[in-house]
Amino acid sequence: MAIQGFILPDIPSIAVQISTSLFLNGVRMSLSISLTINGDARTIVLEDPRVTLLDLLRERLQLTGTKKGCDRGQCGACTVLVDGRRINSCLTLAMTVDGAHVTTIEGLATGDELHPVQAAFLECDGLQCGYCTPGQIMSAVGLIAEGQAVGDPERVRELMSGNICRCGAYKGITEAVLAAMEKDATILKERDAA
Amino acid sequence: MSLDLSSDTSARPTTRYGSNSGQPLTRRDGILKVTGQATYAADNHPAQLAYAVMVGATIARGRVTAMDVEAASRHPGIIEVFTPDNAPAFAHDPDEKMPPFGFRLELLQNHSVRYAGQPIALVVAETLEAATEGAHLLQPVYETDEARTGLENGVQFDPQAVGVGGPPSTSHGNLDTAFAASETIVEAEYSTPAQYHNAMEPHAVVAEWNGNHLTLDMPNQALAMSCASYARYFDIPVENVVIRSPFLGGGFGSKAILNGPQILAIAAARKLKRPVKLALTRAQMYGPVGHRGQTWQTLRMGLSADGRLKAIHHRSISATSSFDDFLEPAANASLPLYAADALLAEHKGLRLDIGTPGPMRAPGEASGSAALEVAIDEAAEACGLDPLEFRLLNYAESEPGSGRPFSSKALRECYERGAEVFGWQQRLRAPRTMRDDNGLLVGWGMGTAVFPCPMFPAQARTTVRADGSVLVETGGVDMGQGAWTALAQIAAEALGLEAHEIEFRSGVSTLPDAGVAGGSGHTASAGLALSNSGLDALAKLAEIATNDPDSPLFGAGNIGVLPRGGRLVRRDDESRGERFADILTRAKQSEVIGEAKSMREPGNAEKFAMYSHGAVFAEVKVDPDLGQIRTTRMVGAFAAGRVINPRLVRSQYYGGMIWGTSFALHEAALIDHRTGRVMNADLAEYHVPVNADVPSLEAILVAEDDPYVNAIGVKGVGEIGITGTVGAIANAVWHATGRRVRNFPIHIEDILGL
Repeated sequence: MAIQGFILPDIPSIAVQISTSLFLNGVRMSLSISLTINGDARTIVLEDPRVTLLDLLRERLQLTGTKKGCDRGQCGACTVLVDGRRINSCLTLAMTVDGAHVTTIEGLATGDELHPVQAAFLECDGLQCGYCTPGQIMSAVGLIAEGQAVGDPERVRELMSGNICRCGAYKGITEAVLAAMEKDATILKERDAA
Repeated sequence: MSLDLSSDTSARPTTRYGSNSGQPLTRRDGILKVTGQATYAADNHPAQLAYAVMVGATIARGRVTAMDVEAASRHPGIIEVFTPDNAPAFAHDPDEKMPPFGFRLELLQNHSVRYAGQPIALVVAETLEAATEGAHLLQPVYETDEARTGLENGVQFDPQAVGVGGPPSTSHGNLDTAFAASETIVEAEYSTPAQYHNAMEPHAVVAEWNGNHLTLDMPNQALAMSCASYARYFDIPVENVVIRSPFLGGGFGSKAILNGPQILAIAAARKLKRPVKLALTRAQMYGPVGHRGQTWQTLRMGLSADGRLKAIHHRSISATSSFDDFLEPAANASLPLYAADALLAEHKGLRLDIGTPGPMRAPGEASGSAALEVAIDEAAEACGLDPLEFRLLNYAESEPGSGRPFSSKALRECYERGAEVFGWQQRLRAPRTMRDDNGLLVGWGMGTAVFPCPMFPAQARTTVRADGSVLVETGGVDMGQGAWTALAQIAAEALGLEAHEIEFRSGVSTLPDAGVAGGSGHTASAGLALSNSGLDALAKLAEIATNDPDSPLFGAGNIGVLPRGGRLVRRDDESRGERFADILTRAKQSEVIGEAKSMREPGNAEKFAMYSHGAVFAEVKVDPDLGQIRTTRMVGAFAAGRVINPRLVRSQYYGGMIWGTSFALHEAALIDHRTGRVMNADLAEYHVPVNADVPSLEAILVAEDDPYVNAIGVKGVGEIGITGTVGAIANAVWHATGRRVRNFPIHIEDILGL
């Protein structure tokens, strides 16, 4: 069975046996989903309904920038944007995002040019080991897009508290989010003026 | 040959030409990390990959009597279910310790269970989903014995060693005489909980065999040592083992020592002749991969009428497992800090049905400092002295006990700068006297930070090529502290180049052994090796040039040469020199290779006591009605030798201070004594600080030029931030509320009824 970006070893018995659980009133459910991931339209055939969006990204599409820290929605390392909203991809079954636009950390930069939030994290040293960083950045991007907490460090800290950083890079993270917000506000202002 | 690369460290100037040291460069690996391109172990997908899921015991003591292997095996996609009945064989007995640091492990060698979470099976499948379901279907049945998980039913013993091979008892002076001569005696008991490292990246491995060659993608803090250990378990030559660990998603000590689950996954890969990936779940990290063991400490201090410490007696009962030893050397935290006529630090062990503890960021120092710094605050209170004044009164001018001078100790400056920035002088002495505009109780507390400066054997190689390019190599470990950046800066400095002008290879075991990333000693150890290998390469270049009549450096051997921006120049006339590339090209050599090891100068190691120091000041606010405690402000001032990269060093201090906050107010594993299981084995209920918990942090870098600690003047910054901070916060809680809480973490219930 071939899945985009992933070749499953040939074990016919799996497909046959799993498929039995996917018959509903004698009609086979389709496990084909269509997604737009980082701007690319993709059709994905799932052989297993248990696959989460996180495991789909990481294990089947080789988009490993999104991290698994707890698999329980408690740490935020797996944060991605689905139709512009921040979500925990570990708590989201892949089948439920049929038709959605998904943005992951791999989709932020434009070529060699970092997204302003990425650049700010680098400059403010809002990271250490880097494992929670993709989730932190995706949360920050979502937060800024929502127009929340502009220029308010206390609100930024609160709204970024769904993303745990065990290294304790919080000071830099807050500074980075504020810096990126400021830049975003400037860009918007310039655009409005134009 | 008198190259200006002499080992006479006292002659080394503090500021060096072309120095990258001291510059706040952004992380070399930063772009990879902010774009999701940094590859951690579980990001690897070799062809034909199979997925392993570990099954952990749900009892703490007893035996597995049955598992439904048939049901698991029937599940679609299952490749193999490993249990003790078909366990892989190992060349090393897992019930024997593996020197130097290896613990006794559970590798399915029998059906017994000695702690909750112990591996009892490994399920391998075509997909993660199938392996997870297969693991669930095993439904183990147990014969359960009573779990011993508390001070009441654990077995106490006199340990042979504490920490990593340290003596269980250390003393100086006559304790009885000193107590007899004391005017006041302060004594109290303290306890610290079991804490789990909880690196954001769960322990993972992707293991791939090619005949008798083993390639491992895994986060690892000790590459060479681990290769040797795996070679022994699998009976293959050590050179056949390659560990790739370019990035660790946090380590904190938990990824330095081998553990059972990873070895089982490697064995499965060998048996199945397919690459196998295993990543522990968060819950599975509360058992087989170490933790900070519980302590129960007693501190008794004798004081003179004028507030001088006469005697310190620090005792710790440190928990370990029923079958192996790692005891928090908590009482040793009292050894290096305060001057007292007599001191005794001693430990007892306590055997519990838990996974074996291990080193966790500042092992011993963190737990011991937590108790010591509160005890010091209590002693100051008993003497009616300001806590800072009391600490200055008992300042150790030389190492207590040995009397050795410190290689450097800018602690006084740390106290001064920290107090000034924090505003300590405005503090009202009596507790419960300060409030903010909202009526919250305000408390200010302080603690002293201290951490030793160990160094580990490390090696490095520098290659200067005829095309002018330079390659530096060591198998370094970056778990977030910034090795990719700081080590490159040190290497570049030795060569007189900018950090971006060198190619730096690190993070894989095939490179020269960079030693263990632990003990806050990695930058000093691997950095010194890199620096020395650069100097060795330059010495070889100088040898060629100064003996070559066609070189402008001919005959400069006695005067000496210096590296300047890719050139060697005469020491007495920097306008005369030539490029590294030209020296090699004319000599028809494609490259010179410098190699070196790092070692502390033995004479200095003997002569001096070596520690990093710091002072931490904390403000808490407490809601008098609800008892809610918030850390609102922290200022830490630290002196730790030469600062290679202030941007990254500050981040280490912030991280350490946040760990201190966590120790003081948040984290603790809670065991259900009926089952012996950790009740809060997840990141929702095992509390670690989130962004909103640490609103204001400041780290002050106090300059310290230490010519003795090592030739590059580097101490260590990774762990010291925890020490001092725990006490500072606990003391601030006392100052806010008048309640002296001695059991960590401090919770609302400890201060209810204000």
